[in-house]
Amino acid sequence: MDWSLFFDLTVSGLTLGSLYALIALGYSMVYGILKLLNFAHGDVYMIGAFIGWFALHGLGGPLKPDVGAWFAVLGMFLFAMLGCGVLGVAIERFAYRPLRNAPRIAPLISALGVSIFLQNSALLIFGAAFRDYNTFSLIGGKTYNYGNLYLSVPQLMTILGALGLMLALTLFVSRSRVGKAMRSVAIDREAASMMGIDVDRVISVTFFIGSALAGAAGVMFGLVFGQIYQFMGFIAGLKGFTAAVIGGIGSIPGAMIGGLVVGLAESYATGYLPQGSTFQNLYVFALLILVILLRPSGLFGRAVIQKA
Amino acid sequence: MAEDGTPDLPAPPDAANRPRIGVDEWVAQVEGRRARYRGLRGALLERFERLPLAARFALFLVPAAVFPLLTNQGNVFRYGLFTLVYALLALGLNVVVGFAGLLDLGYIAFFGVGAYMYGILASPQFNNHWQAEFAIPVVVLVTALIGLLVGLPSRRLVGDYLAIMTLFFGQAFVVFVNNANRINFPFFGHVDLTGGANGLPNIDPLNFFGYKLQTTNEQYYLLLILIAFVLVFLYLINQSRTGRAWRALREDPLAAELMSIPVNRLKLLAFVFGAAVAGLTGAIYGTIATAALPGDYDIGLLITIYAVMILGGFGSIMGIVLGAVIVSSVPELLRSPGNARPIFYGAILLTLIVKVRPWRRLAAILAGLVGFGFAVHAIAHAAYPRLVAGSAQGSDRFAHALNHWMLYPNNPGKIADVAYVVLVAGIVILPQLRPLLRTVLLVPLFYLVMFVWENLLLEQISGATRLILLGALLVALMNARPQGLFGKAYVEIV
Repeated sequence: MDWSLFFDLTVSGLTLGSLYALIALGYSMVYGILKLLNFAHGDVYMIGAFIGWFALHGLGGPLKPDVGAWFAVLGMFLFAMLGCGVLGVAIERFAYRPLRNAPRIAPLISALGVSIFLQNSALLIFGAAFRDYNTFSLIGGKTYNYGNLYLSVPQLMTILGALGLMLALTLFVSRSRVGKAMRSVAIDREAASMMGIDVDRVISVTFFIGSALAGAAGVMFGLVFGQIYQFMGFIAGLKGFTAAVIGGIGSIPGAMIGGLVVGLAESYATGYLPQGSTFQNLYVFALLILVILLRPSGLFGRAVIQKA
Repeated sequence: MAEDGTPDLPAPPDAANRPRIGVDEWVAQVEGRRARYRGLRGALLERFERLPLAARFALFLVPAAVFPLLTNQGNVFRYGLFTLVYALLALGLNVVVGFAGLLDLGYIAFFGVGAYMYGILASPQFNNHWQAEFAIPVVVLVTALIGLLVGLPSRRLVGDYLAIMTLFFGQAFVVFVNNANRINFPFFGHVDLTGGANGLPNIDPLNFFGYKLQTTNEQYYLLLILIAFVLVFLYLINQSRTGRAWRALREDPLAAELMSIPVNRLKLLAFVFGAAVAGLTGAIYGTIATAALPGDYDIGLLITIYAVMILGGFGSIMGIVLGAVIVSSVPELLRSPGNARPIFYGAILLTLIVKVRPWRRLAAILAGLVGFGFAVHAIAHAAYPRLVAGSAQGSDRFAHALNHWMLYPNNPGKIADVAYVVLVAGIVILPQLRPLLRTVLLVPLFYLVMFVWENLLLEQISGATRLILLGALLVALMNARPQGLFGKAYVEIV
């Protein structure tokens, strides 16, 4: 067995997995509360990557940032998370809220429309060229290694950053007042509103948090892989959703574990399965089908009894 | 009591009034519980519905049949063929989404499978040159089978999972055909299955019993005949037990299941039917385009077909044909600047006149619009001369007048792109605002409409701009009229 390949794949799988987990959280939280599949979520992640790029260039660019390199990185995250959060709230307000009592298929189609709108607006405004984060010039190409295990700085940052964000989210949902309101709205929206919870506000907060996490994931993607483009959100969104389903949609720890599972599976498929580097997306798709067939409620989900 | 002491049989029920066993009457009456339109549209729709069936079909088919006789081949190709392909695809999709209520986002992949399958059976790629009467049934069967395979795992899933599964499937199809030119199969070795990014070129024309359909007119009429068949078939199936069961399924799967309707089988049936129609259309489209290219089967077409179906209204067969005409021909009509400008400003004026009441508000908005234009022009002239450095296309008096009113940046590219995106978002958001704010914001919005029109769309309606518009259309229509332009809303009975 080639251990250095295995470690390489594991590290890149964990990195990818952290990104997918962050995206999956947004899907899962929104699905838990609204029972709505937010197709536009992947595109919010793409917009996050672009906001990060513009923030970086607003702060002087990767070659000669006006502030210290680490402050530049921090600024990118801040702007991307804020921008995406606001975008997510706006999407909910104008594309989903009017449809809350419409037939189930209407918000799905509306979500599809938002996704197409965001993708092509980005294409029109930002142009078709790939944008380069140029991480190398910004924070150098330092790599940590322990034996066969190589970890670049952006990879380490992504894994630790994602962990930190997820920890913060878990604390927020389990400890804070708003988190408690979110949980109760997820259990029964009507009952929650009768208990005096402002359901609209809770839903807005959920969209804000989910979208902000996606924005952070977008910046992480840019830092790790260097290049961002208009259609990166589509496939990433699909995989984030796969992660959410594997973990059990609606469950927050499920989304985290699901993300890691999808990331590792994709990475190992690239390395070990035939034609993996071309067809890794097809292998992830196969994984999704398997999970849906064998355990439709996911690893952490509970089977729900469907009510009218 | 009869004479031998046996009790009388109960009298046979009155034939006219007896319950009609096997006909789910409540579901059968569903059309009667729709909202009625008032005014001109209501009267027209009612008149239309009272026509006999044959006349209703003829109303669509006769103009379509005469169309190629009135115009040249180029127009038949540009307007006719694409309208028919869109209509056929939307009719198939309508069975899945409109009748059965399943959100199928991998529909275009079946269209692609049809084209590629036909290409494999009848092109120089594998040196197969099958006759169409053999190739088309094979293609339809294979796509139906693939539909069955994709549908099976989704069988026990709620709508959302099906949506994402099929979306993933559609994406997987594109990845597959883009890369299937370099797969090494275990026993056959290297096989170039799909030509990769270059696609399958030189697909044979449709060849029925030795007769080749090569001209645009022949292809047009073939498609028209197919549409007629599908229309009649859909009408019949909509009236049948299966059609009623589909509608029951769409309204409430849980209740339908409790009524002992075989929900899973019906879901699969609708799904497979949609796949087969898409495969058939794909095969014909492949011969029209004489090639199968991976880019043709991507998400752009999916959105277009959804726009057609939603414009027409879910489940409304006739509406979909109208939707196809609108979606395929309006951008084509607007493509030549000569007839585009009068159509555009005419449409704007008409919208304002029809929608804005009372007339005082209309006058205020029109005056505001004129004043706003001159004001913006004057400010831009003083502050940013770059914004007025260009001039309107054309040299007629209207273009001359526009020069003093509208902004024409020297090099509009980026400004117009941004304005376009802002505009489309504004159109979605505006109807949801408070009335006063809405009236006030209407003036700059309309100015923005014209700015974008003059600086961006007059040059190009294609690619990204078109998709943005379609995406916004989906959001806006779902918000305003979830039943589509021509569909009818249900009267909710709780």
